[in-house]
Amino acid sequence: MSGDGNETPPVPDEPQTSRIGADEWVATHAGRTQLGRFARELQRLPPLGFYLGFGVVAALLPALTSNGYIVRVGFDTLIYMLLALGLNVAVGYAGLLDLGYVAFFGFAAYGYAMLASPKFGLHWSALAVVPLVVVATAILGLLVALPSRRLVGDYLAIVTLFFGQLFVAVYTNGERISFLGFTRPYDLTGGPNGIVNVDPWHLFGQSIQSLQGYYYLALIVFMIALIAMYLVDRSRTGRAWRSLREDSLAAELMGIPVNRLKLVAFVVGAAVAGIAGTVFVALNTATFATDFDVPTLIVVYSMLILGGAGSLGGVIIGALVVNISLEVLRTPDHATWVFYTLLAFGLVLRMRPWQRLAAVIGGTIAFGFVVHAIVSAISSSAVAGQAVVGGFLGSGLGSWVVLPSDPKQIGNMMFVVLILAVLGLTLLHGWQRDLALVPTLYLAAFVWENRLVVEPSITRLILIGVILIVLMNARPQGLLGTAKVEIV
Amino acid sequence: MNWNLFLTELVAGITHGAVYALIALGYSMVYGILKLLNFAHGDIYMVGAFIGFGILTVFGGATSLSVNVWVLLILMFLAAMLGGGLLGVMIERFAYRRLRNAPRIAPLITALGVSFFLENAALLLLGGQFQSYNSFSWAGGSLWSNGFSLGAGVHVGVAQIIVVVGAIVLMVGLTLFVQRTQLGKAMRATSFDREAAAMMGIDVDRVIVATFFIGSALAGAAGVFNGLAYQQVWPYMGFQAGLYAFSAAVVGGIGNLPGSVLGGLVIGLAQSFSTGYISSTFQEAIVFAILIAVLIVRPSGLLGRAVAQKV
Repeated sequence: MSGDGNETPPVPDEPQTSRIGADEWVATHAGRTQLGRFARELQRLPPLGFYLGFGVVAALLPALTSNGYIVRVGFDTLIYMLLALGLNVAVGYAGLLDLGYVAFFGFAAYGYAMLASPKFGLHWSALAVVPLVVVATAILGLLVALPSRRLVGDYLAIVTLFFGQLFVAVYTNGERISFLGFTRPYDLTGGPNGIVNVDPWHLFGQSIQSLQGYYYLALIVFMIALIAMYLVDRSRTGRAWRSLREDSLAAELMGIPVNRLKLVAFVVGAAVAGIAGTVFVALNTATFATDFDVPTLIVVYSMLILGGAGSLGGVIIGALVVNISLEVLRTPDHATWVFYTLLAFGLVLRMRPWQRLAAVIGGTIAFGFVVHAIVSAISSSAVAGQAVVGGFLGSGLGSWVVLPSDPKQIGNMMFVVLILAVLGLTLLHGWQRDLALVPTLYLAAFVWENRLVVEPSITRLILIGVILIVLMNARPQGLLGTAKVEIV
Repeated sequence: MNWNLFLTELVAGITHGAVYALIALGYSMVYGILKLLNFAHGDIYMVGAFIGFGILTVFGGATSLSVNVWVLLILMFLAAMLGGGLLGVMIERFAYRRLRNAPRIAPLITALGVSFFLENAALLLLGGQFQSYNSFSWAGGSLWSNGFSLGAGVHVGVAQIIVVVGAIVLMVGLTLFVQRTQLGKAMRATSFDREAAAMMGIDVDRVIVATFFIGSALAGAAGVFNGLAYQQVWPYMGFQAGLYAFSAAVVGGIGNLPGSVLGGLVIGLAQSFSTGYISSTFQEAIVFAILIAVLIVRPSGLLGRAVAQKV
């Protein structure tokens, strides 16, 4: 973390392998951290073997557990992977910031629901609906991208963001569509009540009813899409896309039709979202426009960014990590364990030598007990609260973290202080940072116990925002992506 | 033709437009200098609105003000502008500065993350319910009952006049600042060509910080204006306003300050006229249609000049 724009010198034990096209900015950001070393190990795996291995493990999941919840989380993760895979084409390859991506997902879900539900009395077979909806979604993608085709990515970001918002607004108000001349409103989308009782997929006289069935359907669709993307990646178009990703200016000079390829990438992304939508709605049997709002978009983005835009393996890892963490955060008990484990893990990774690590951890623990003793001597109601987590961790925390009986206000204040403290930490170096880390860690625990853990749904969203900011600043290429620089 | 409806929507449209124009100015300034779409800008507007609300609450709330209304208003504006400006500077310093030479998409995604973080942090701190400025009952209701009327039934309250006049004052001040002061000159130079400006001895970092401060302060003021004219504030208010202000900046010509004001007016009028004459459901669709139409017909915006892309 550099101070006033002057980059920290590269770590001496890390030989600077000067790749072609890598510049100073890339060199300071690639492979400097533990994460970078881990990513390099992962990248050594043969890609096809990695995908197939993932497919086999994922296929075994329903056989290993009879717990419906776990299979459901697995299904959601697969849908997210499919979404991230499609987004990867637009963002990772073509460098287009598609902020209306989940609207395509929602458009397809609604399209399926309209053609296969009692809503309009249509009950078409999935064999007819799915190709139709996917093609329609692709055409919609084309229509959205066309107005900004001459322009740089920034305009596309605005247009797609607005389009996504428009989609949600139109579909939540779509139960009383009335044009100027018509007096009787026409119900097209069911409005806030959505469309319910959507048919399951009918294929070749069979209909898929069970959760396990949809899990396998999602897995098969994802594996086909993944292999297809892998093959496309090595095809003529794929090479052209990769050249766009590396340097679109050079690609243009080589005679590659840049604008057309970007458009194709955008449309392919929309089509993949379309397939995901049809699978998703059939298991849920209902669709609501609010499912396709900004939070879903940001979640898919954080998966793509964490895994590394432009990397297929990164899509799998990003979706797994983000979705499973979000699920774990739903229950405060698990979330607390994960929180402290991650804190400890992060410290172990970043702090060395071990004496420094031990000093910081020991200092934090001692600091906590001292603060707790002082506060309880002043006011007994300030430590009267209970830790949310049970067991020995809970009782340990109860005598370490200050838990007021009415934590809301002080918790809010400390949340703001915590943000300022963390920002301040990035400005400090050396022993000063270690010293400041001790109260900051304690503050983090205090805010977590008193405020964050009691509002799990908001905490999840805050965390996603933090992931995006921190990742972009620390490792913009994600876990598996390739670091690159754009010549402006 | 129903003149009353027309005039009512005109007044509403100009009031909306003034707020959008103030937000759009900040977008435009930042875009002009950094070529960065600062998605968090709409959320700075939200924070400004809440700072104003906080000051209002400290001085007794809407019905039992403990200070003179004008003193209160000035305090609210100063606090919201200062708070918004400092927030903008902090965002620049900690989220964007390291990414100045990174690939284009990196700061954009960071901006998205900052916006999402601010919205949800506000949700955690302030709760999800609407808070009311309730400016109808300030000073015995004089802010709305006083004023003048345009024909039968079309009333323009003092609050609306404050919003429009206040916005104009800020815009004139900004124009004077950019045209007449040394820092304003440095800003124009930096936005014209950052590298060349740096070579001429302009402290680019300082210029960027100043740009973020001024742009964000305008957004903070817009938040208070919005509360004054429409009463309600809540943590997600920045998203839609940000989107409309974006569209305003693009419609007027992004990077062009008078263009942003014009764009804000166009968007504000389009919003209120489509609500009045067509249906509020289609309001977003119509603003979107205007944005698309401008992008197709005149991609550089109404007042913007087409710039050949430098490579």
